[in-house]
This record gives sequence, structure tokens and C-alpha cells, in this order.
Amino acid sequence: MRVARLSKSYGDVDAVADISFDISPGETFALLGPNGAGKSSTIEILEGYRDRSEGDVTVLGVDPQHGGLDWKARIGIVLQSSGEGGNATVAEQLRHFAGLYPNPRPVDEVIAAVGLESKAKTRIHKLSGGQQRRVDVALGIIGRPELLFLDEPTTGFDPEARHQFWDLIRSLKADGTTILLTTHNLDEAAELSDRAGIIVGGKLIDIGAIGELGGPAARVPRVRWRDSAGVQHEDCTETPARVVAGLATLGEPADLQVIRPSLEDIYLGLVRRHAADSATTTENAEVLA
Amino acid sequence: MSATLSTPPESLRPSRPRAPRHSILRLGLSRIGFEIRLYFRSTDTVFFTFLFPFIMLGIFTAAFSAQGNIGTNPDGSGGISVGAYYLPGMLAAGMLLSGLQNLAIDIAGEKGDGTLKRLGGTPLSPLSYFIGKIGQVLVTGILQAVLLLLVARFAFDIALPTELEKWLTFVWVFLLGVITCAFLGIALSALPRSGRSASAVVIPIVLVLQFISGVYLQFNALPEWMQNIAGLFPLKWMAQGMRSVFLPDGFASQEQNGAWELDLVPLALLVWLVVGLIGSRLSFRWIRKDA
Repeated sequence: MRVARLSKSYGDVDAVADISFDISPGETFALLGPNGAGKSSTIEILEGYRDRSEGDVTVLGVDPQHGGLDWKARIGIVLQSSGEGGNATVAEQLRHFAGLYPNPRPVDEVIAAVGLESKAKTRIHKLSGGQQRRVDVALGIIGRPELLFLDEPTTGFDPEARHQFWDLIRSLKADGTTILLTTHNLDEAAELSDRAGIIVGGKLIDIGAIGELGGPAARVPRVRWRDSAGVQHEDCTETPARVVAGLATLGEPADLQVIRPSLEDIYLGLVRRHAADSATTTENAEVLA
Repeated sequence: MSATLSTPPESLRPSRPRAPRHSILRLGLSRIGFEIRLYFRSTDTVFFTFLFPFIMLGIFTAAFSAQGNIGTNPDGSGGISVGAYYLPGMLAAGMLLSGLQNLAIDIAGEKGDGTLKRLGGTPLSPLSYFIGKIGQVLVTGILQAVLLLLVARFAFDIALPTELEKWLTFVWVFLLGVITCAFLGIALSALPRSGRSASAVVIPIVLVLQFISGVYLQFNALPEWMQNIAGLFPLKWMAQGMRSVFLPDGFASQEQNGAWELDLVPLALLVWLVVGLIGSRLSFRWIRKDA
């Protein structure tokens, strides 16, 4: 998948501005960003649902704006929310959708893989929100896609279901399925994806391997403790062990913590810095005006 | 998600050699069965589309039977029962409901709840989707008409025609009418702004048409201007075609122009079929792009 200088405007509003990234076959790539940042617009352009305003996009060798039925047979889509319910049972719905694809996965195995064996004969509208979401996931993978789009797939999942979902995605990954994931759950992105891009305000503000986002500066460990007077201290250091050893010579410090920034910390840092930057830009613009 | 698939079963693996895609017709036929199943699971549809003509026929018969037969001789003899008089109108109403009302509400709902968007992401051609919908309308419409005729014959003791020619007229009026209504329904499904408002938009249109087209009210009792307006819409012609089949020939003199006009009926329906086809083709989208 190749995205070059993609832009999308709705009237005067630029939802997506000049985004470029590539995804290699077999890779899992996460698009992260706040609500309304342009993730869904981007993913819907790649799925062929929306037309782009500018730029070049190639998905499985095809421009999604002209993706025909053969192209659609090679992709799987889990949309953001369905709310569809429906009067079909889980098994009926999956059997029907399996029939639309040239080379589907066996229905029973997919139902088992999303953990809905006991609900196979239940009508979808009678399922809980999280269970309906599992049906969405099942419908996304039933056609044995080479490329799978997952738009906030685990919304409404309980923690156990989420971990089982992660196992399922890892097994699809192990089979060589390419996956494009959007999520608000940073643990999920860290668990599943090889690389990630962060979109804020329609712009791609960072992209890289999960372990390298934000650059080395954002990953410097912090040592936090309270001194004998109860005052909180924090030290950013590449050598936390030495700092701790030094503290220990003065007696046991209270509430000692060595913190390695999580993906969530790094993500929040990037998003906040971007927000601050654009606020300054706006202020400057106002001053100039 | 109980299966922890560290080494997934063979069947879960994506296979690289690609099998040929199914034909549009084959997928369309597979949609028909699926659509019919869902049709009969929707309580709203079964009541307001499938059973409605039966209920109305029952109500009219019960309400007006005491007033005696319709079209009697001056001495009060002859004529036909109220049920027999309303039967062709109810058949026409059934075609309108099964085709137009059913599909307009159904498709608007599928647009609103994301069903269409999901289907748009699969290798299903819109043509297969249409085949599924038209097939659903044909099967449920035929079932409705046959049941209505059986109920009329055996529950209301209404005499049905015995001439082959009348039944041939019945078949072409029915098929042309129901298919026209189906395409008009697909076209009309673009009108409601949301799935939730679909019934509120579609039902008044359908109801007004039924009142002015000789379904609920005797057509010859309506003022001339109302008959002229009704003549612009397909339901009037479907009802007239059905009357030509089920009412005695003497009733032809009560029509607006004193005849069944079986040459104008197909003409009017064909014009509306073209309108429906063009409207469907122009308005149908899997999703409202860039909305």
C-alpha cells in the first residue's frame, strides 16, 4: 500500500492534508490520533468508500477509487461501528457473506475464532454490543483477505475479549495478512503493530516503528521520588540505575519509581506538543493580523 | 475468541492463488433467499406489507356488506358482493405495498444502519443486490396475491374468473405492475434522509395513492379532477387492470372512459417502469459519498 501526498477536503475544511506513508505486505500498521484527526477519512479513502481530493493512492496495486469487485474480494473491512443488528443469526450472516467471496474461510472456524460458538444460532440484534463487534470482525476476515482494515475494532470489548482478539490478529498476521489498524487503545497499537503513524489535525506528525516513535528524547526514563521533607523530585536520565544508587546512599527515598515512557505517554506528549505548536502559530498569526 | 491460534489451522490461512469470483447472477440468486428470509422475520414488514391487503379486505367486507351488492339491477337483483368489488383493488394495493413501500423503507433502512456500506465493501455487485431485492419482491408479492385469491375464493366465497384470457391479463398486469413498483421503491429509497424517517416519508405517499386510485374508494365515485390526477400515477392503472380481470364485463362502463383500456394500462406501467429504472440507476449508492 502506498499513500503519497494524500489530501481530502470537505468544502473549506481540510480533513486530511498531505499525508504520505507506505505499508509493506505482511506488515501491521497503526494509525493513531485524536477523534476528528482525519484517521477515518484516510482509512475510508483507502477502502474505496471516499474519493480523495489530491494525491496518489495505491492499495494492492489498484487505485481504490476504481477498485472493482476483484479488488474488493482481496480486502476485508471492519468498519468503525455498525449498529446494524439485523434479523439474521450469526451463522446465517457469516454463511451469506462467505458466499460472496471466491475463497472464503470456513464459517465454523471463523465463528470459533471470534468466540461466538454458543451464539451461532442467535439473531445478531439480540447480541450485546461487544458480541456484535465480534460479528463485525468475523465478517471482516471471512473472505480470507490479503489486506485487512480494522477501524477501532475493539470498542466495547471487555479486557478478556480484547486479549483474545489480539491473539486472533496475531494469528492472521502470522499468516501474512497485511493489516491497517486504527485504535484509541495505545496498548493495542503497541501489542499488534510493527509501525505506527500519528495523525493530528489532518497531518501526519510522526511515523515509525513502535519502539522509535517520538524519537530517543521522548523515551528517556524518569526517576521519581520524595525526599525526607516530602518534596517530589523527578530526574530525566539515561542512567536511572546510577541516580537510584546515588539516592540510596542518602537513605531510602520515599515513593521511588523508575518510569519508562509508555507508547501512551509518548503519544500524549506528541499530541500535546503539536497542539501547543499550532496554538502558538495561531497566536502569532493573530498578532501579525 | 476462545481460539488462541498461535499456529492457525490450515483453513484460516489466506491462500495466495485466487479463485475466480462468483458471477453476478449467482450472487443475485443467493441474495434472493437471504432477502426473503429476512423479510418474513421483520414483524413490521409482515404486518404492514404482507398482511395489510388481507386486513383491509376483511374490514371492507365486514363494514359494507350490510348495504347489499354493488352494481345491482334496478330491481335489486344481480350485482357482486362488496368483497368481490374490492378484491381487484386489494390485489393492486398488495403490488404497491410489496414493491414500492417494502423496498423504499427496506433500502432506506439498510442505508441508515450501515448494511449497504458493509455490502459495498464486499465483492457484491449492485446488480446482484438489485436482483436480490426484485426477487424478494416477486416471490413475496406472488405469495401474497395467491393467498389473497385463495382467501377471497374460500373464506369470502368470491367467484373467480374461469376464462384463460382473463388469467393471462392478470399475469401480465401483475408482473409488470409489481416490477415497476419494485424499481420505483428502489428509486424512492433515496428520498428519506435517514432510515428512521423512511416510514414517515413513504407511507403517506402510498396511502394517498391508494385513496385516489380506486383501492379504498370506488373509483367512479371520485370527482373527475381526482381521477385525472390518479391517472398520472401507476396504481390507478394497476387497479384498473385488475378490475378488468375480476369484475364482470358490464362494470367496464363505470370506468372513467367507459372501457378497461387494456392498451393504456401497459403503456402507463411501462412509462413508470422506465422512470423507476432511471431513478434507481441515478440515485442508488452504497453510501452517501462525501456527505
